Amino acid sequence: MLAAIGVSSMDDLLVDIPRSLRLPALELPVGLSEFETMAQMKSLAARNQVFADRLTFRGGGVYRRFIPSAVAAVTSKPEFYSAYTPYQPEASQGTLQAIYEFQTLIAELTALDVANASMYDGATAVAEAAMMAHIHTDRNEVVVAGYLHPEYLEVLRAFSEGRGIKVRKGTEANSKTAAVVFQQPDFLGLLVDAHGLTESAHKAGALAIACVDPISLAILAPPGEYGADIAAGEGQQLGLSPSFGGPHVGFIACRKDLVRRLPGRLIGSSHDAAGRRGFVLTLTAREQHIRRERATSNICTNHSLCALAASVYMTYMGADGLRQVAEVSFKRAHALAERLSALPGWEMAFPERQFLNEFPIRVPKGPAVLRRLARNGILGGLDVHRWFRELKGVLTFTCTEVNDARALDELVEALAS
Amino acid sequence: MADRRYTKSHEWLTVDGKAVTVGITDFAQSQLGDVVFLELPAPGRKLALGESFGVVESVKAASDLYSPVAGRITAVNDKLTAHPELVNSDPYGDGWILKLELSGDVPSDLLDEASYKKIAEA
Repeated sequence: MLAAIGVSSMDDLLVDIPRSLRLPALELPVGLSEFETMAQMKSLAARNQVFADRLTFRGGGVYRRFIPSAVAAVTSKPEFYSAYTPYQPEASQGTLQAIYEFQTLIAELTALDVANASMYDGATAVAEAAMMAHIHTDRNEVVVAGYLHPEYLEVLRAFSEGRGIKVRKGTEANSKTAAVVFQQPDFLGLLVDAHGLTESAHKAGALAIACVDPISLAILAPPGEYGADIAAGEGQQLGLSPSFGGPHVGFIACRKDLVRRLPGRLIGSSHDAAGRRGFVLTLTAREQHIRRERATSNICTNHSLCALAASVYMTYMGADGLRQVAEVSFKRAHALAERLSALPGWEMAFPERQFLNEFPIRVPKGPAVLRRLARNGILGGLDVHRWFRELKGVLTFTCTEVNDARALDELVEALAS
Repeated sequence: MADRRYTKSHEWLTVDGKAVTVGITDFAQSQLGDVVFLELPAPGRKLALGESFGVVESVKAASDLYSPVAGRITAVNDKLTAHPELVNSDPYGDGWILKLELSGDVPSDLLDEASYKKIAEA
């Protein structure tokens, strides 16, 4: 090889790289067999403390939920589980139909007209929604109302910076405001006045962007019902495991008249030459390969396999199943809130506010409490002081259907001991 | 009807007193291919000479539209919302895009049909 390219040694090949930047020797251990590799990885993995789902009471955007086996049975089919998502309609009707079903389910869940093929996660979905509003209204300010997930806010700021959009915290929109963004329920788990925020955004000529929890929509009013223009959110709860924070799936849905601002892929239903129903990429003119620098977004991909998992989950659960999951989570969390606020020194941080399955509670010596729980194999609440200075001593606790009644007892016993 | 004049950026216009009608040329529509969408401004907006006022999207490209005169928009062709293909089938008639009320003079560097054809065919 060296002879073929006309150099006499490795040193000659690397002559353009300053000697100070070169490693004298690459000291890697000798290669391992598959068997040895597995043993090594298992021993490393054993050093993690893995909390049982039923003893995990921490949410903050990612939740442990029961995932029916049907989800993996479908997503592991090689037709879907391939290296890349093909979009050619003549070769990919199955893939396209699966995405179309996801769009339909999200549109139904949010009560909006149209949803896209999915986004990377909740954070990018919210940021992309804000970009839609910026282009649609030709205004340069986004107002973030209340407790939006702090990492979503970070991503929103990163998207906004390059486009010269100002991100402001507050509730009042004005004539410069492109959109009011709010989260329902908010990052702390509390319900916000989605209707009021939507109305006040509209009065100022701004769009209302609702960041929503998909499971909550089984029992809460969907964004389309209170007039929000765009709904965005994280779909991890729909059949995806937490997996250290990803890959997850984001979703975004909007009113029909905003469809040309919708980022990313969009699958439509059509007919072939023989009149048979088929599925195609549609409205691609919105995308960067045609609109180029005028496109709302440069995103040209999505999380198809994760979106498929979400579609299977929603289809398998059905409307009744989703409602049951939401109701059980609601009841467990309210039972837990009652028991925790009875502990000495513990009190609800916002007793006048309503919540679904996650709630903020003021806890004496929170960090020490969390360490004690961890020693007992329990993952306690999330210390939100890390992001919000005004929430010193506040932890948010979450319940889902996986936290059985006995798990709640174990948590309370560990705290009382 | 007043004579149709043209811009180098492939818009046409007719002037009748202060009333100006604007569209894109037959050459422009043939180059773009099937027009699928037009992004158009609201009536009442004031446009400067050469200002970008919208986008025409075809199956091949998205192109900015530029105002050939300075003026205030008095009407936008609503038919194009449901039937953008009018820009292809009748670019000088039902496919008109904007009507403006002229402010100031008609620019002197507009092209007549013969000079525009030379540019289009070049």
